[in-house]
This record gives sequence, structure tokens and C-alpha cells, in this order.
Amino acid sequence: MTAHPVRLIGVLAEFETTHGLFSACEKVRDAGFANWDAHSPFPVHGLEKAMGLSRSKVGWVTLVCGLSGAAGGMVLQWWASAVAQPLVIAGKPFFSWPAFVPITFEIGVLFGALGAVFGMLHFNRLPRFHHPLFAVHAFERVTDDRFFISIDADDPKFRGEETVKWLVDMGATIHRVEEAA
Amino acid sequence: MERYVPENTEAYDPIDGRHPLILGEQSFSAVTEAVCRPTETRTPKAWWVLFAVSITMLAWFGVAIGYLFWEGVGIWGLMIPVGWAWDITNFVFWVGIGHAGTLISAILFLFRQKWRTSINRFAEAMTIFAVMCALTFPGIHVGRVWLAYYLFPIPNQMSVWPNFRSPLLWDVFAVSIYGTVSLLFWYTGLIPDLATLRDRAKHRAGKVLYGVVALGWRGSNRHWLNYEKAYLLLAGLSTPLVLSVHSIVSFDFAVSVLPGWHTTIFPPYFVAGAIFSGFAMVITLMVIARWAFNLEHIVTIRHFENMAKIILVTGMMVGYAYGMEFFISWYSGNPYEQFAFVNRAFGPYAWAYWTMISCNVLSPQIFWFKKARTSIPILFVMSIFVNIGMWFERFVIIVTSLHRDFLPSSWDYFSPTFWDISCLVGSFGLFFTMFCLFVRFLPIVAMAEVKTVLPGANPHGAHAHGGGR
Repeated sequence: MTAHPVRLIGVLAEFETTHGLFSACEKVRDAGFANWDAHSPFPVHGLEKAMGLSRSKVGWVTLVCGLSGAAGGMVLQWWASAVAQPLVIAGKPFFSWPAFVPITFEIGVLFGALGAVFGMLHFNRLPRFHHPLFAVHAFERVTDDRFFISIDADDPKFRGEETVKWLVDMGATIHRVEEAA
Repeated sequence: MERYVPENTEAYDPIDGRHPLILGEQSFSAVTEAVCRPTETRTPKAWWVLFAVSITMLAWFGVAIGYLFWEGVGIWGLMIPVGWAWDITNFVFWVGIGHAGTLISAILFLFRQKWRTSINRFAEAMTIFAVMCALTFPGIHVGRVWLAYYLFPIPNQMSVWPNFRSPLLWDVFAVSIYGTVSLLFWYTGLIPDLATLRDRAKHRAGKVLYGVVALGWRGSNRHWLNYEKAYLLLAGLSTPLVLSVHSIVSFDFAVSVLPGWHTTIFPPYFVAGAIFSGFAMVITLMVIARWAFNLEHIVTIRHFENMAKIILVTGMMVGYAYGMEFFISWYSGNPYEQFAFVNRAFGPYAWAYWTMISCNVLSPQIFWFKKARTSIPILFVMSIFVNIGMWFERFVIIVTSLHRDFLPSSWDYFSPTFWDISCLVGSFGLFFTMFCLFVRFLPIVAMAEVKTVLPGANPHGAHAHGGGR
């Protein structure tokens, strides 16, 4: 403990196994916490159900981006070949759309992929280089072999020491997430 | 650390009855340790040697390209009628090499082939570097390179637009978009592992650099949910993309009316050949990297055996295509088509044709034997053969079709010049330089993904109670 005044941001419960994390998540979910998260070095199968998360919206972003990319690609080719610079090539009509399918498809894939990646980053609020959790030394192992649950102190269900004891009873090691007040 | 000697290859998981994908000590931190060590220890001398050789070749590539820009494509052996030769051979060769990377990362992912996790990162990196090499060649082979921007649909002072009906333009879009999407896919896969390197970094420079590229990843499962969805979608988008790219490359030829090129089997045949050569390149590089970095327990003999099976299958697909080309040229009754193929096998380039057949069709047949599929020396030699054979396949298709023009007085024989050879060797310099940097500074195995196939990863599995450590 430091001499400086600190403010409690939340608590971090460390687990050694995926099983411990999974059952603890179910309990935290059932207790009705809202501002909490689970952290693991890899996606744990089925944990989204144990956490009560709804489906990811990234798919919709990808679909919309991909379709608009494809439509934009077709419009670009129509405009360039039939409006901006109409040229008769091999006696084909200006808007000979079957020849435009390959590029339409490719641009659709490009926009869909950009939508998937940037949509994912948007929903995850990444990049975010500063986070109170990074101040906890033990949290470095989240990308190695440890599993964590973080509960924010501003959660309506958070009861300070009572919550800490509850987590300890689940077999967790507790770390305090603090920042200078 | 002791070199791992595989002995429990017959062990199997009591839950699903399958052999484990990762051998040796099966803990999460052991995977992190094995994969991160090459990036954290002192640079080995052998790396400096390889890097020096590669970067010298790359510098020579720069010289060759500079001279080409100064003097023009006449420094190559190109002439009329052979207006395309090594430049386009190298291009198609490198695009093909890239395909195994996307196949392993996307198609095998969609098919839930968990064995891919040990090799996908490596193969994806190979894809990106191969596409970089590939993109160089169409870029430099257009006579007036300073007008290469005509290829892109950008408004210019003459209001000239590209001809969107041309397969050559489809190619520009297909290959550059393939490169971009592969890069996105690779980087997305890297984010969690870059966070591992950040958390393990001892020095401030490493913490900052890896920290910036890891984008502040903290393993949140709210993030993993979106991340896995995005990864699945990228795999789903890359799968038709990879099949389309080499099909479009084949349209560069197939859509023409030249005997020897005007062949409807080209799209699937090019895709099969690309996968064939790509897997061979993965084996070539993986044999070296796995030995150099002690990854024998993560990239096991089973991984090699699976890749050898894919090489056997795709090798027979290209063999079928070679046969079918002859059959169709005979069956079509077109004498020019028939001449082109007889000339291909028995004309002045017969040596190249039979090199291709021996390397691509005959040599992979050895993989019918399990002993060959599980022997590292045989795998390594075969993979080199396949790479040589596939380079010759593109050479045979391009040059044998061109050197006999419709007008017999223009018939000629193509010979490479010193600068043709410099460009091919130089492109390998680019490829290996990128690879040296990759193995030194980035995790060459997808750690987060490998951890998901370990027994402790399943919260309901038999090992879950205490399997984490």
C-alpha cells in the first residue's frame, strides 16, 4: 500500500483454470453484476454463455460493408465504362455487366474484410492503450496462462469487502485495481 | 532448455479419443515460453548469416530493378513473339506460393481442422511475403513503369479509365485485394500474441513497440466475442477470395485465344497448383524454422504428414489437368491446339515440360508411403522438387505457348539473360529478408490459438481441474 491517496476502481479475481473461471462467471452473471468482464489468454469455449453475453454485432457491419463495397464496385465500373468514357470494346454493350462481376466481387470482399476488422475494433473500443488493469502486476499473465474476472467498483451490486470475500470463496486470488485519487 | 524428443506420440485424449496435437509438456505457459523465446533471446549467429545473404540478394534485386527502369525491358530475354517470360512466370509462381497460407488459415479454419493452429501464423506470413514478391513483377514488367498508375481507377488529367472488361485489370484488383485482406487477417490473428510479447517485454522499447501494435489488448472476453466473430468472417471472406484470385490469374491466359492458353480447365487447375506449391513452400520453411527454434513438440510430424497428404492430392489434381489439356486438345480437333501441346511435350522446351512432370506428378507419389510422409529429409527434398516443378509449370505454360506464333517466320526460342536470373534470385532475397525479420521479431506460432487445443482449455474437460499449469 502506498502513502498516496488512492481510489478503488475495482477488484480483479485471478483463477488458475478455465474451469474455475467458467463457474465463477456463471455465479457473477447470476448475481446480476453489470460492469464486469472476464479475461483469458485465449477464447474459452462457451464462456459467452456463462457471462450472459449477447451475440456479436460484427457480422452485421461486415454484411453492410461488403454489400455496399460490391454495389460501389459495380457502380464505379458502370460509370467509368458507360458514362465517363464509353468505348466500344469487342462490340460489347457499354454496360456489359457480366465482365464486371470479378471486380465487383473483389471489392465486396475488401470492404467486408475492412468492415469486420474495424467493426471489431469499434465494438471493442480498441485501440485503448491506457487501462487501469494494466497497473496490476499480476495481470501481465492474462496473455500467458492466467484467467481473471474484473468487477468495477461502480457496479450497483458491488459491496466492497463483501464481494471480495465472495470471490475468495470461489477460489480466486484477489488484486485491487486502484488509481491515484 | 533440452531439445524435446517425441516419445508419447501414441497418447490420446480420453474425451474425444484423438491424438493430442501438441506433444510434450502440455501447459499454457510452456507454449508461451517456447514460442516467445526466439524473439527474446540474443540473435543467433546463424540468423545473421541468413539475414546477410538475404539482404544482399534483396539489394541486388534493387540494382536489377533500377537498371531495368533505366534501360527498359530489353535487358531481359524478352522479344517477339515471347513478350512474357520470366517476369510473368515469377509473378504466377509467387502468387501461387501464397495460397497455402490462406488455405491453412481460412479453409481449414472453417472446416474446424484444429491441426492448423500450429502452422497457420507461419503460413500466413509466407502468404504476405509471397504476395509482395508477386506484386513486384507485374509492377516492373510494364515497359513504362511511370505510367503504371493507369492500372488504377483514379481520375487523371486525360479522363482515361481502365478497361474493366480486361482480365489483366481484374488481376490488378484480385492480387492487390488479396494482399490487403491477407494482411488484415494476419494482423488480426497477431493482436493477442503481440499483447503476450508486450506483457513479457523486459525493455522499454519492446514494451512500447509491441504495446502500440497490440492496440491495448487485454484478453477481455467481451472482446474475444467480437474478435472471434471477426476472425470467422475474415476466414469466410478469404475462402472464396483465395479461390477467385488464382482463377483470375488464370483468366489472364484462358480468356485469350492463344493455343495452349485458351483452356477452360485453367481456373481450377491453377488453384490446385497454387495450393500444391504453397504447401511445399510451407514445408520447406517449416522444416528449417522448427529445427532452429526447437518447436518440434508444437509442429509435430503429424502436421507434416497432413501437409504431405494435401501435396499428394493436389499433385494428382495438377497431373489430371496436364492429362486433360492433352485430351481436350486432341478431342477439339483443332490442329493448332494439337500442335501447341505436342510441341510443348516434344518441342524445343521438352526439357522444361518433363522437368515439370517429374517434379509435380511423379515425385509426390512417394507420399503414398507413410515412411515418406513422416521423414523430414524426404519431405524437405520433395518440397524443393515441387517448388522447382511449379516454377517450371508456369514457365512451360507461358513460354511454350508464346514461342510458336501464328506466323511461322516469327518463331523463336527464349533464353534468359543475366538480368532475368537476377530478378528471380532477387525476389527470393525479398522473400527471405522479410521472413528473417518475421521469425526474429514476431511469434511464429499462433500462441492464443494453440492454447485452445490444449487439454486445459476446455472448461468441462477431464483436465480442466488443475490442467492450467
